[in-house]
Amino acid sequence: MPMIVSRRNLLGGAALGGAALAAPAWARGSNLASGGMLRAGFDEVSGSVIDLSIGKGHRLVQGRAGHGIAVNGSVPGPLVRLTEGQAVKINVTNHLNEDSSIHWHGILVPFQYDGVPGISFPGIKPGETFTYDLPPIRQTGTYWWHSHSGLQEQSGHYGPIVVDPKGADPVAAERDYVLLLSEFTPRHPHEIMAKLKKGEGYFNYQQTTATDDYDLSGDQRRMWARMRMMATDILDVTGATYTYLANGHGPKEGMEYAFAPGERVRLRVINGSAMTFFNLRIPGLPMTVVAADGQNVRPVEVDELQIGVAETYDVLVEPGALAAYTIVAESMDRSGMAVATLAAIPGARAAVPALRDPPLLTMADMGMNHGGGTEGTAEMQGMDHGAMSHGAAPSGKDHMAAMPGMDHSGLDHSGMDHAKMDHRTMSPPSAGSGKMAGMDDMAGMDMSGMKMRDTALLPPDVKVGPGIDMVSMNPVDRMGDPGIGLDKMDHRILNYRQLAALAPNPDRRTPTRFMEIHLTGNMERYMWSFDGKKFTAVSDDPIRFAYDERVRVKLVNDTMMAHPIHLHGHFFELVNGADAAHQPLKHTVIVQPGGSAQFDLTANEPGDWAFHCHLLYHMHAGMFQTVSVAAPGAAA
Amino acid sequence: MKALIALLLIGSATPAFAQHSGHQMEPGMVMHTAKPTSKPAQKPVAKPAPKPAAKPSAKPAAKPATAKTSAEASSLKRPLVVKDSVAAAPGAASPDAMTSMDGMEGMDHSTMDHSAMDHSAMKNGSVKEGQMDHGAMDHGSMDMGSGPMDHAAMGHAVTAAPNVESPPPAAAGNGPARAADAIWGADAMAASRAKLAATHGGQQILWFMADRAEYRARDGRDGYVWDLQGSYGGDLDKVFFKSEGEGSFGERIERAEVQALWSHAIAPFFDLQTGIRQDFAPRDRTYAVIGVQGLAPYRFEVDSALFLSDRGDLTARLEAELDQRITQRLILQPRVEVNLSAQDVPELGIGAGLDRVEAGLRLRYEIAREFAPYIGMEQEWKSGRSARYARNDGEDPSVTSYVIGIRAWF
Repeated sequence: MPMIVSRRNLLGGAALGGAALAAPAWARGSNLASGGMLRAGFDEVSGSVIDLSIGKGHRLVQGRAGHGIAVNGSVPGPLVRLTEGQAVKINVTNHLNEDSSIHWHGILVPFQYDGVPGISFPGIKPGETFTYDLPPIRQTGTYWWHSHSGLQEQSGHYGPIVVDPKGADPVAAERDYVLLLSEFTPRHPHEIMAKLKKGEGYFNYQQTTATDDYDLSGDQRRMWARMRMMATDILDVTGATYTYLANGHGPKEGMEYAFAPGERVRLRVINGSAMTFFNLRIPGLPMTVVAADGQNVRPVEVDELQIGVAETYDVLVEPGALAAYTIVAESMDRSGMAVATLAAIPGARAAVPALRDPPLLTMADMGMNHGGGTEGTAEMQGMDHGAMSHGAAPSGKDHMAAMPGMDHSGLDHSGMDHAKMDHRTMSPPSAGSGKMAGMDDMAGMDMSGMKMRDTALLPPDVKVGPGIDMVSMNPVDRMGDPGIGLDKMDHRILNYRQLAALAPNPDRRTPTRFMEIHLTGNMERYMWSFDGKKFTAVSDDPIRFAYDERVRVKLVNDTMMAHPIHLHGHFFELVNGADAAHQPLKHTVIVQPGGSAQFDLTANEPGDWAFHCHLLYHMHAGMFQTVSVAAPGAAA
Repeated sequence: MKALIALLLIGSATPAFAQHSGHQMEPGMVMHTAKPTSKPAQKPVAKPAPKPAAKPSAKPAAKPATAKTSAEASSLKRPLVVKDSVAAAPGAASPDAMTSMDGMEGMDHSTMDHSAMDHSAMKNGSVKEGQMDHGAMDHGSMDMGSGPMDHAAMGHAVTAAPNVESPPPAAAGNGPARAADAIWGADAMAASRAKLAATHGGQQILWFMADRAEYRARDGRDGYVWDLQGSYGGDLDKVFFKSEGEGSFGERIERAEVQALWSHAIAPFFDLQTGIRQDFAPRDRTYAVIGVQGLAPYRFEVDSALFLSDRGDLTARLEAELDQRITQRLILQPRVEVNLSAQDVPELGIGAGLDRVEAGLRLRYEIAREFAPYIGMEQEWKSGRSARYARNDGEDPSVTSYVIGIRAWF
């Protein structure tokens, strides 16, 4: 059931929190650490030698009990605090009765210490202590660590990393906090995987029904049914089983950050969840994004941002005179939220907004790109329409006929009523909401001539088979999209086009090679893959790069889900319209449904690296590959 | 128990606060470290144990001396992030700059990334760059407001990168990824490598479903029906098991069959199934089976098969179900089954042509997705010669049943 957080409940949590403040220190750990009960929240470890211990125990979140895996006895595990330029030895002892591992997500390390069993190293056997012997850290910022073994991450095997600069931090703040978002479920992760495989929509209790309130016409409902897909398929695993966590605490457990009025507060937001994109906002407070995936960016002030699984954003906020502000991290499907409070007075609470109505997938999410976008995408949609001129220029029509990627000949535009689109309304970039409203009313759109799975559009290296249930007809770049469900908000929402690196990138070479990777899947069978091939099919056929090769990689999403794609061991630069020197560096990029995203990669970290969708169960289903970067001076 | 939970909540809430005072990242501030736990191995090396002063009670003391007064806080307009490099960054898209864009009349082409026009999406190896007639794209037809199109600002540099796929250079190497072997040894890596592949797409899933397990109330003796299926295997190839049967209480069982099938995915939504069907009632008989099961457009679940008996008789069965959600848990399911025969099979009561039709309507409530009781109605007709065979046996060729049952799976 979706968790409805009422204000009264939250105040109850606050009261508890207040009581907790009065509890003496000795009353805490001693009660919770014994008896195999895992603590919520995390401590900090730092220094040149760090010891971590992986164990298991029981978790209790808002009265829901479950099995957990924890590092140093808590979920999340300890904040690993490193310093730029300093080497560190991290000894990891595995007390589980199965293999384990730790991957340092976003940290540039020699590949053998990247922590992916089967690619970087053999894994950590039960009872074994493995030492990650990391050379001087080459970066600063906010990152995280997690298990890369099986589905342990879902059970609590994750924690934050902060790398302090050796010099001054360009981001100045009086308060500096980690906000690690994740989920708790009493179910075993393998059980979740099995349910996903067996029953499509198993966790979705926001499906379209005969009695729902969704703004869908009968025609639209029939269209979705005809496609055998669900407009409500936003997240695979939902608040039906998850309790969303802020630093390990449920929304009623009083997670609180102190501030004094007038102070600048830096929130290092980490999405350490297994399957959940979060919409983050602090009602009444704008957030200034100053870093993305640990890397400093030019400040961007927004009112809300969507953070994909495994991404991090550092935001600065400047709380005003109120005693409390609520930090809301709503799951993308709006089936629940993680809640924390910025409190000037311990125990102070602000109103917690109700969950907003669940979103629906749009035409753009089907790869049709005739609406649903905002800002950049809307401009580009408009561009598409104008540019294609729908046969107004005969030569243009011929031209189009030669381009399978843009073959709209099967589209019956007659029903689309372009008159409603009013391109002029697309002009102001910030008028994000409702500008494409006309497109949303395309009840009369004739889908009959449309192929949702035209495999002729796929390049030859994509394996066509039952594992592909859809091919995006027109996978335009959707980096200007704020994320599913946020295109109609009347406030400022972050999108990738707004990100620009703060310091110039060292490598501004024009890429010499182009690579296209298709994100493919079958919702009904719960199959996920790259280029139609699960990892089982390509485990000995890696994606290869020459040392220092500069490659433009285009990710094309042939599914109706947003995928956070993560490359280990490197930062890539989003091709987001910023000049080459300031394309933002990221380790994880969301590719919106039916759309595409491009990044430029300098492959200068030799070795073998994992490359995968960071939705845990998508990865587990096969959306995973090895990237192999040749050593310097490898034979040409 | 309540007290315990309360205690746990208190306990869990406390470190949250403590932790956050601890994470004040002011240089020189004392950080508290991991508390020692029961296992010595878990003791972190990091830092000395926290002093009570670092505990939440001491929080106000830990506040930086630079804390602003609330009066200052009300003037939010001071630059948020200003420190040298930010301020120095030329042309930085500061929030203010963004704001000024809001007021622009025309379209701001500086934000227009031509990569998003996505010529590469055309992805047609045969279309060479030179053939892409940009002129034909008729930019003039873009009615996008009065803003001048500043092509200089469009970032055409982006298009300089190649947009046609090419193979990796020779320097990229070839063959499987084996870098770790040189460090940890091939033997040490082999097992984890095999496991990595098996756990990233190689899962085998066991599934069992009782689609219908129901009691039938009707004229004469009440009856029962079972309709089970299960499978084990991967995404594309599975072993399938099906069993159906029905009868009336106190009488000999009317129909009972078991199928063992190999199920192979032939399309995104369909499996081809081949195998054996063994009937135990009304008579023992063995059939070869070939069929298609899957999800048809509009979400009809269909299962159709041809059966060839060891006597050479050919029959067919078509089933279709549709789940209509009334609410998130209440589901109305119409169901139709049609049985056909190529010839008379008198000993089984089957007549050539349309043999038997069943039409049902079931309303189930999903207490859990896996467990749903239902009520419904089922109408069965035998037609043509099948109806005559039934009448000869003293049966009614048309039977209406009211059903109550369970749909369950694991």
